[in-house]
Amino acid sequence: MTAQPFSDGRSYASERAEPGMPKSGAKRLARGLGWFSIGLGLTELLAPNVIAKISGVPNGRTGLIRLYGLRKIASGVTIFSQQKPTGGVWSRVAGDAMDLASLGMAFTSPDAKRGRIAFATANVLAVTTLDLIAAKQLSTGNQGVHAKASCIVNRSPDEVYRFWRDFGNLPRFMRHLEAVEDLGDARSRWKAKGPAGTKVEWEATIIADVPGEVITWRSLENSDVDNAGAVRFERAPGGRGTIVKVNIQYNPPAGAVGATVAKLFGEEPGQQLDDDMRRFKQVLEIGEVVVSDATLLGTGYFAQRPARPADIEELEEAESMEALPSQITTDYQRAAQGRM
Amino acid sequence: MRANCWYGKTVMRVEDVPEPQILNQRDAIVKISSTAICGSDLHLYNGFIPTMQKGDILGHEFMGEVVEVGREVTNLRIGDRVVVPFPIACGNCFFCQSQMFSLCENSNPNAWMAEKLFGHAAAGIFGYSHLTGGYAGGQAEYARVPFADVGPIKVPDHLSDEQVLFLSDIFPTGYMGAELCDIKPGDTIAIWGCGPVGQFSIRSAFLLGAERVIAIDEVPDRLEMAQQGGAETINFREQNVYEALMDMTGGRGPDACIDDVGMEAHGPAAIFAYDRMKQAMMLETDRPHALREAIMCCRNGGTISIIGVYGGVIDKFPIGSVMQRALTIKTGQAHVQRYMRPLLQLIENGDIDPSFVVTHIMSLDDAPKAYDLFKNKQDGCIKVVLKPGMSSSNGETVH
Repeated sequence: MTAQPFSDGRSYASERAEPGMPKSGAKRLARGLGWFSIGLGLTELLAPNVIAKISGVPNGRTGLIRLYGLRKIASGVTIFSQQKPTGGVWSRVAGDAMDLASLGMAFTSPDAKRGRIAFATANVLAVTTLDLIAAKQLSTGNQGVHAKASCIVNRSPDEVYRFWRDFGNLPRFMRHLEAVEDLGDARSRWKAKGPAGTKVEWEATIIADVPGEVITWRSLENSDVDNAGAVRFERAPGGRGTIVKVNIQYNPPAGAVGATVAKLFGEEPGQQLDDDMRRFKQVLEIGEVVVSDATLLGTGYFAQRPARPADIEELEEAESMEALPSQITTDYQRAAQGRM
Repeated sequence: MRANCWYGKTVMRVEDVPEPQILNQRDAIVKISSTAICGSDLHLYNGFIPTMQKGDILGHEFMGEVVEVGREVTNLRIGDRVVVPFPIACGNCFFCQSQMFSLCENSNPNAWMAEKLFGHAAAGIFGYSHLTGGYAGGQAEYARVPFADVGPIKVPDHLSDEQVLFLSDIFPTGYMGAELCDIKPGDTIAIWGCGPVGQFSIRSAFLLGAERVIAIDEVPDRLEMAQQGGAETINFREQNVYEALMDMTGGRGPDACIDDVGMEAHGPAAIFAYDRMKQAMMLETDRPHALREAIMCCRNGGTISIIGVYGGVIDKFPIGSVMQRALTIKTGQAHVQRYMRPLLQLIENGDIDPSFVVTHIMSLDDAPKAYDLFKNKQDGCIKVVLKPGMSSSNGETVH
């Protein structure tokens, strides 16, 4: 037997599957600024006299320079220690302002070497510009919500691909989607529930579409929700079906604040996508979404109702949320009338 | 309909609730004729299982008559008399197709809760917290049974409810506990716990070819029932279990040990107090005294079968003994669907009559009283069967 060509995460399919939202440039810039911050900070801390000499600041200020060195090291460490360097970069911007203010005060000092101070100020201004660019890019470009999930489905990659590619199937397992309409020519119109009862709509176009392997899409300009998604299908070893991996990225309608508020109300996007994928597996393996008494109105912690049969009002509520298989609703209404 | 609902630690109420409806195409509605209280229900009753909600209906051992079926249930008809297995299993996923029904990937809509606690989720279970799906249980007049084309089996009319009801859980569970021991002719099997599951493990071990079964408990009625099943017995209040087992096996130890106790073990006072205190302080969730003892007693290269229910984490687990002496640990919730037909055949052949374990038959309306009796092992209580149709306080003590 020869070794199976397992994909290693950097394969053709996975690169095609990365949703196309800008972020890497700003992150690279942030990393550079992080090293710069730590390097300059260490010099200020260990050799304040050298810094004072270069920048023309009077010698009596070495204590303040040491303090600023510590601040710069902290900013640099923050940039590297957090998944999103945004906070660290903004702390550098604030620090730049302090540096500039100090240099301005030094300029007025009687024993100041003004030429050197002007040179230092120009340098700090240049760095400040870079800091501002990185911070703004990180804040706007990367504040979007990114969720990923995967599952394994007891069906062939071709079957799973075909089900997903028929976008009209997506609302059957993605709870926030109301309808997806194929407009032809790789375009589709999506209708979804937004936060707090709002409705959002957008048009999307397919970027990559390789049968049995990968589908990626992104919203067109002027969408209510700027978003991109990718799903890829890998044959599981041993003929055990298909490993399905989904990545979804979007800028929520109400921005970062909206995303935070949604999280507070239990609509955590990663959890939501996990549940969507669980339902996706159910629909493909058993033909419908499995309903239990407790999860009739949702699987979230706060959506749980007691594990006991629902009354007619609750069943109607579940129906209005499209949480019941559609053929069932007439059955329960008939049964309810029959037994009451 | 009437249903037995959980309202907090040791608080049960029988109350009127809506009747269940078909919610999925493969559902059936069963009108319950008999439903039992399981030892594992006591873990819920005693408040040791998280994710319970006030008003949850308990019960996962039940049988009755099919009164309604979903469109995709083609193997059952209205009027069929069926026993329902406690794990809910879809029959289509990898695990169901590998006969590991209690690990079904599709039957627990609350899988995320179980993933947080256990790393992965197992199958949904009737009336057993939201962690296992949040399905209404069978201590009620009716129950909705998902995947009715996979789970329930039809039972012949000439067998009584008490003879077939335990195919739902404790007979397959006790049997799987013995089967996990991979019993060879001549083997000696030691069994911790002579509750209902332990009683079925004793009889199953003999059915699977064990030559000696040694059963360990402290309740005289239960030890007596074990002896009636052919076991030798050790009362841990009167004897040191390790010394007694070594004495009986010439110092080698039993070939396999079954833990039919689980997370609420009782044992010698000092160890019980240690584990109970840690449990109360939430430093460990389960009291593993029986499991620790089973490991220390088992012969070199032997097997530990854990079939009693555990739900969380334990302390002072003798992993050194397991590794140094090449023990094998096997465990799991019973894959009931796998065992129902072969075990029904054993009952029909007359090889075993599971009704021996029943000590109390009571009305569903007396469920709170029944839980109290069972928990405190009063009035010789080993197994309670509840009847939804029966009028209250007409309970009978069978043995």
